[in-house]
Amino acid sequence: MFFQTQASNTSTIERFSASDRSTPAGIPLKIEGVSKVFVARTGTVEALQPVDVDVTAGEFVCLLGPSGCGKSTLLSIVAGLESATSGSVWAAGQKVDGPGTDRVLLFQEAALFPWLDVQQNVEFGLRQAGKPAKERAAIARHFIELVHLKGFERSYVHQLSGGMRQRVAIARALAIDPAILLMDEPFSALDALTRDRLHIELESIWLATRKTIMFVTHNVREAVALGDRVLVFAPRPGRIVQEFRIELPRPRSLEDHALVDQAAKITAVLRDTMGVQEKEAANGKSS
Amino acid sequence: MAKAANAESALPLRVSRVALMPWVRRIVFYALLLALWQLVAKAGIWPDYLFPGPLAVAHTLVVGLQSGQFLQAALVSLQRLALGYAISLVVGLVLGLLIARYRIFEETVGSLILGLQALPSVCWLPLAILWLGLSEQAIIFVVVMGALFSITLGVDAGIKNTPPIYLKAGRTLGASGLALSTQVVLPAALPAILNGLKQGWTFAWRSLMAGELLFFTLSLGNLLQNGRDLNDASQVMAVMVLIIIIGVAIDGLIFASIERRVRERWGLVRV
Repeated sequence: MFFQTQASNTSTIERFSASDRSTPAGIPLKIEGVSKVFVARTGTVEALQPVDVDVTAGEFVCLLGPSGCGKSTLLSIVAGLESATSGSVWAAGQKVDGPGTDRVLLFQEAALFPWLDVQQNVEFGLRQAGKPAKERAAIARHFIELVHLKGFERSYVHQLSGGMRQRVAIARALAIDPAILLMDEPFSALDALTRDRLHIELESIWLATRKTIMFVTHNVREAVALGDRVLVFAPRPGRIVQEFRIELPRPRSLEDHALVDQAAKITAVLRDTMGVQEKEAANGKSS
Repeated sequence: MAKAANAESALPLRVSRVALMPWVRRIVFYALLLALWQLVAKAGIWPDYLFPGPLAVAHTLVVGLQSGQFLQAALVSLQRLALGYAISLVVGLVLGLLIARYRIFEETVGSLILGLQALPSVCWLPLAILWLGLSEQAIIFVVVMGALFSITLGVDAGIKNTPPIYLKAGRTLGASGLALSTQVVLPAALPAILNGLKQGWTFAWRSLMAGELLFFTLSLGNLLQNGRDLNDASQVMAVMVLIIIIGVAIDGLIFASIERRVRERWGLVRV
């Protein structure tokens, strides 16, 4: 499954796709009637109404919506870090009951461990899996190269830029070879240029590995550029209001007219769902 | 004001001179202080053996160091400190972990430790001597009582304030149980734990010196007491200087440098 690395960049990518043809790619994910109710002192808050989502193996699904619409909560539940109030999640037919290395969650902050250097961060998950040191080091080196951070193995988190940190986080997640990547607005804290570059990198990694990806964002263009499918969420209470299948060819360009049109359609839906509340909040009489 | 403005607009050479200014002020201050001390001593208000000048104290210090007596005493004290501190470190770490992890420990042992923290550790000395006699164990006991609670509370605070994002990241990457504690929680808590360790060392050092005053074997505290018995204020002062030097050295060379490195790497200070 893994080969000794000491080669150029192009052959790394070849080897990467080759190696992944032999390993299982993404797995299907089934979300059945999952809801979340938070109990606070002031009363209960319905963060997420029961939702059903079927994700096929290797699909790239974007969860799009404004803050407070329960999309991050849903992702946490799928990751097994939070429990659902009702319903259940099935990963490849297995009921999700707590975190598992078939699903890895990535955060808005890279959440790297500052006491470890880049290499050790990427090795973290492998270490938990009990992989021997030599194999760990080789796998980590491979994924550090994949995210174009060769030469930064011994750097510490405080020495890296925001984009580099997110790259390390991606390498750290990929290193344990999860079948499902759960990404919670991973690029939203980055500048536009860095974000665009990471979109391209993520798309090519996904094309090469065919992992199942659930990607939370509040950026419409990001959702359209990356997703096979976009689920539009509405807030208070959190729910899915509409779903779009994005049939645009890949690799996609943010400047592509078809993409811009598609994004405009989705934006209109988003505006509709939010408009009601904005009007309520701002000025009740405007039409 | 004018001088500051001048310095700001000046050349890099001047800037480095500005950086040196605090040191210049510090040295001038200490020089003046020593001169004043020497003057008062020379004025002959008090007899020499009660109020020696800085030169006499320096002389005593040098003689004491040369004879090996001071170094040997310092070594004895530092050994006790190291042993007592090591015990506090291990026990404090375990207690802190238990209190942070289990509510039942927090409600019981945690509250007891908060209470005992209010008791100056030297208050344990009479009891220690009753139980253990004027022995090595008695003094180690007092040192442990000085350091243990600060370390425990530091570990507890550090763990309770672990950023939740590190826990989530650790769990999603497959860490759980003991691995999560040792590889995520403890390192994440290290800056706060260091605070407790530093405070613990200060308390340990103080209780050790207080305790040693009562003991007859050669040690720093014993040298102080010895100076009093011999009516030799010069020796008392020389040993005090030695105690300050050791304290400042441990503070600066060990704790301050570890703390600086940790704070920098953990991203708590911008560099």
